[in-house]
Amino acid sequence: MTASRTPRPSRGPALGRRSFAALAGTGLVAAGAAACSNEDPLAKESGSASGGSSDGGGPATGALVIGSQQYYSNEIIAELFAQVLEDSGASVERQYQIGQRDVYMPELESGAIDLLPEYLGNLLQYLDESAATGTADDLATALGEALPDGLRVLPHAEATDQDSYTTTKDFASQNQLAAIGDLAGVEDLRIAANPEFEERPYGPQGAKSVYDADITVVPVSDSGGPLTLQALLDGTTQLADIYTADPSIAANDLVTLEDPESMILPQNVAPLVSERIDEDAAAAIKTVTDVLTTEELIALNTKSVTDKQDSATIAKAWLTEKGLLGS
Amino acid sequence: MTWVLENLDLLGSRLLAHVLQAIPPILLAFVLSLPIAKLIAVRGWLRTSLTAGAGLLYAIPSLPLFIVLPLFLGTSIRSPLNIVVALTIYGLALMVPSASEALRAVSGDTLRAATAQGYAPLQRFWQVELPLAGPALVAGLRVLAVSTVSLVTVGGVLGVPSLGMLFIDGFQRGILEEILSGIVLTVALALLLDLLIVLGARVALPWARTPRRKGARA
Amino acid sequence: MTQLLEALAWIADPTRWSGPGSIPVRLLEHLWYTLLGVGIAALVAIPVGLLVGHTRRGRGPVVALSGAARALPTLGLVTLFGLWLGIGLTAPVLAFVILAIPSLLAGAYSACEAVDPRTVDAARAQGMTEWQILTRVEVPLGLPLLIGGVRLAAVQVVATVMLASYIGNGGLGRFIFLGLNLSDYPQMLGGSILVVALALVIDLALRLVERLTAPRGAART
Repeated sequence: MTASRTPRPSRGPALGRRSFAALAGTGLVAAGAAACSNEDPLAKESGSASGGSSDGGGPATGALVIGSQQYYSNEIIAELFAQVLEDSGASVERQYQIGQRDVYMPELESGAIDLLPEYLGNLLQYLDESAATGTADDLATALGEALPDGLRVLPHAEATDQDSYTTTKDFASQNQLAAIGDLAGVEDLRIAANPEFEERPYGPQGAKSVYDADITVVPVSDSGGPLTLQALLDGTTQLADIYTADPSIAANDLVTLEDPESMILPQNVAPLVSERIDEDAAAAIKTVTDVLTTEELIALNTKSVTDKQDSATIAKAWLTEKGLLGS
Repeated sequence: MTWVLENLDLLGSRLLAHVLQAIPPILLAFVLSLPIAKLIAVRGWLRTSLTAGAGLLYAIPSLPLFIVLPLFLGTSIRSPLNIVVALTIYGLALMVPSASEALRAVSGDTLRAATAQGYAPLQRFWQVELPLAGPALVAGLRVLAVSTVSLVTVGGVLGVPSLGMLFIDGFQRGILEEILSGIVLTVALALLLDLLIVLGARVALPWARTPRRKGARA
Repeated sequence: MTQLLEALAWIADPTRWSGPGSIPVRLLEHLWYTLLGVGIAALVAIPVGLLVGHTRRGRGPVVALSGAARALPTLGLVTLFGLWLGIGLTAPVLAFVILAIPSLLAGAYSACEAVDPRTVDAARAQGMTEWQILTRVEVPLGLPLLIGGVRLAAVQVVATVMLASYIGNGGLGRFIFLGLNLSDYPQMLGGSILVVALALVIDLALRLVERLTAPRGAART
């Protein structure tokens, strides 16, 4: 068990920053502090698609701080949560595009962030390297144990955005590939993936031990984005780790190899929250996770990469379409 | 271009955050470099080894520094203090060598003359040495400002809002305009700061413009 | 401190010193990318810089241009070129070339400018052609400054080459990004220490060259 037992300071999100500003003393640095702490210093004026309805009487302790990973799809999900929470009367502060778990996990624990969309498998792996794989429900249960005090995951969505062994239709038919196991014996296999894929249990070592396939990783740090895709399409690699909610799989007629042994961890979308998310807020969030399927997530992602819409616009349109706003 | 026009708010907020992160380390590095440079300028071995050392400080890859520094500072990684300290370190690496060169270039005879005229050491530093080193210091400050503005982008990889975030987001979503606007705004901001420094120096150091005539025709 | 010790232990682990993807392999890749970046940049920047320094013309635009180039964020260039050119070496090396150019240019033109104009005039009076003045007077006399520019460029590029791994290449950046994304700090720090060590070696080596190329009898600037 890696859960830390250290008492958590129960303070508002702004204190750390405020104390720094006081410490720094100079107006300039303090202004810098304000800008850095706030994902969007102009949020009030620029008013994202939520229409600036943010002061609907949130908790007296201040706005709920919603973070997101540095991944456009994750930001969209965070924005979905942000808008339903605003709609339910909470006030919300957005701090999106945070690079690594190591950056945001301590902030969730310290209370600087209250809500962040997570993925069951990778979150569990982060907390407990030796965690066994299983169904999404197994992972959610295990997470309940592994998470530090004060943090919990709310019910996860059906939508999953997980790593995959994806190839082109041509390569699949040439080598008669349907499942990862069919890669056994194929020579010179390279997979374009984020660098950490190398060390994941479902990475090359897993492919070797579970399916007896030999694969080398070519690291491309765009989270299965356009460059990973390009590497696959131009033949630099034969495989690519493209997340299953990525629109490019369908758009390019790619084949995602099956994983009958369930080697790849399920990565269902799960809201990771602090104690400041009360039952009302959790209920609002659940209205989103209840209807978010992988197909819906792909559609949302398509609007981001193909139509180049921003997360606020995408979220507003989707929530309106689903009737989740203005209740 | 449509992406740019539709996302002016985003660009504006990233630019503002960028400015606010760039200014404090530029000022801090400049101000701190002066006493350090003064201390080492007169001690040959210290100057040689410190300027060499400062250059290597610049070789520390920035991303790991942003992550490791909080372990010593006790801050969170995205803390403004962390960013300011990291950028100030790089700033000092640039500014200390050029400031010590600038101070060293002030003629010893001039300084001795000032002492003879009754200037106290601190007074001499402020009223004689610093103004004479001014033009060279300004040259160093310009490099410092431009490099710092460019370096602020690295924090974007970790989740500190700045123009650097546009690179990551644009890269993942395949939006060239987003990356390009990040680059263009970074360069524009750097050049604007540079221009302000040049103009500021003209006002503050009116004598700095004259030596050019003297040097050209020897 | 424990972090630093763990990083050193990570480096010292003998299993990381052999095989594919081992430290020596990554070091050599890192060095190779640096050499490519600085080498190509030198082919462009040094002739231009010498021309500017020799003719004493065009200094304004060149200084302004290299100032602007200094402001270009390398991460932005790597991602932009990456999207244009795909994974591989071309995109990052192009970015490193741009990164290296300002220091090389400055080194080259200041090498010429540092030579006393009276010396140049004397050479001209002796009937030397402009080419001879450049190659036999200005370059030999200014060589330490020229090498100084190469040194600055090389140290800058070495520290930045880690970005090559961001888009599918090797180099020490592999350790840094892997460590970063896996929260494996010893690995990330170990990679960083190796980068700094490589920079130190390059810096010292080129400083030595600077010393050795200093013309005898000429005052050090």
